[in-house]
Amino acid sequence: MEIITYAILLMAGTGLVLGVVIGIFAKLFRVVSDPRVDLVVELLPGANCGGCGMAGCADFAKAVVTGEAAPSKCPVSSAEQVSAIAQALGIEAGAAFKQKAVVLCGGDREQTMRLASYNGVADCVSASLVGSGPKGCAYGCLGMGSCARKCPFGAIEMINSLAIIHKELCVGCGSCALVCPRNVIKLVPAEAEVHVYCNSPLKAPAKRQVCKVACIGCRKCQKVAPEKFLIDGFRAIVNYADSALPTQEDVVATGCPTGALLTAEEHLHIEKHDPEWSAEK
Amino acid sequence: MRYLELTIGAILVYNFVLARFLGICPFLGVSKRLGTALGMSGAVVFVMTIASFITSLVYRHLLRFNIGGHVIDLSFLQVLLFILIIAGLVQLIEIMLQKLSIKLYQALGIYLPLITTNCAVLGAATINADNDYTVLEATVFGLCSGIGFALALVLFSSLRERLDLAEVPRPLKGTPIALITAGILAMVFVGFSGLC
Repeated sequence: MEIITYAILLMAGTGLVLGVVIGIFAKLFRVVSDPRVDLVVELLPGANCGGCGMAGCADFAKAVVTGEAAPSKCPVSSAEQVSAIAQALGIEAGAAFKQKAVVLCGGDREQTMRLASYNGVADCVSASLVGSGPKGCAYGCLGMGSCARKCPFGAIEMINSLAIIHKELCVGCGSCALVCPRNVIKLVPAEAEVHVYCNSPLKAPAKRQVCKVACIGCRKCQKVAPEKFLIDGFRAIVNYADSALPTQEDVVATGCPTGALLTAEEHLHIEKHDPEWSAEK
Repeated sequence: MRYLELTIGAILVYNFVLARFLGICPFLGVSKRLGTALGMSGAVVFVMTIASFITSLVYRHLLRFNIGGHVIDLSFLQVLLFILIIAGLVQLIEIMLQKLSIKLYQALGIYLPLITTNCAVLGAATINADNDYTVLEATVFGLCSGIGFALALVLFSSLRERLDLAEVPRPLKGTPIALITAGILAMVFVGFSGLC
């Protein structure tokens, strides 16, 4: 009987002591969190994509509340969502600058020559480490889909070993641009509809040997719209800094001989693209 | 000499995972990546040391006492009491860490509350009691057992990261090959027997 009494006393006593100690410590060490942070976290999309440059939505919310970042820095939130956050906190939303990613390469399996067959780990970084990749062009898309796997929004599709970005799904967080070992993915203003889909700075003959759709630097596009295109070495690039971006009419007027100058819509169907000039000719 | 023996014994010869087969659940569960394995190891070392210290205090001074020349032996409550204390202790540590070191709290993350139900921690407390270690001995034993657990977990997770890239026959992919690897690793550790 004595033992039972002591046993009950011991267990009850331990439980009581632990309970009281935990209770006291919970009060003593209570972490007071700013309720506004939780509010902002709820208003944010919660994609944790890192497009704002912070570790995740919770970190961004903290920065917004402390005033270190403007709500518009979130590339995923729509204008209404941003203004809702700004309204909840009673601050300025800040100027929004929407960007979208674009893969500056049109060389899918049909268009660009392969130097070798690669059957290692199906990942662009791994592939680029083996003799700088199986592709004939050392600057184009490797087509192993590292960016497509990385994209938190499923905006990248691999068609014929070429990454194609679906503009309506892309929010411009830049995750894909970070993971690409070839730096072929660029963040451009969201309004840009036309791009020069070639990333190779090489001279035209070197490019033509391996790729049907390379930009050969003929300057035809620049003659049509001198303000809208820049010549960088041996290729043309769209002048994204200029407020007047090239349109579809410019593409038609140029009639790019290799088909490197395309609208984003045409790039989606590049496998059907048949330039008048090809590597065999 | 006594402490050296304890240290080598706990880390290598009687390794918690590979020789005593305690804490197999986290050993298989959180060993897929080295990063998570390190987080878990840190949490186990931390909790095991403190739990060993507190439970051996309780064991030596609360479970057997003398009232008027009358010895009361409550050691049959040992397991029950240890579980209660370990659970309360982990809860307490979690509350304190959140306030005192948010970095450590985030690093240990989900693994800290998971340890509440880890048999390795209870095992350490029970072994301390069975061998009648003094409080200091028990604390050293707890720390070294934690380090032994960490060693096994880090070794195993590094192996598993490599296994992910290796060409494993289809029927053995995943957990089967992990279990075989664990078995071979355990056999390797048998080589340490006789050290002390």
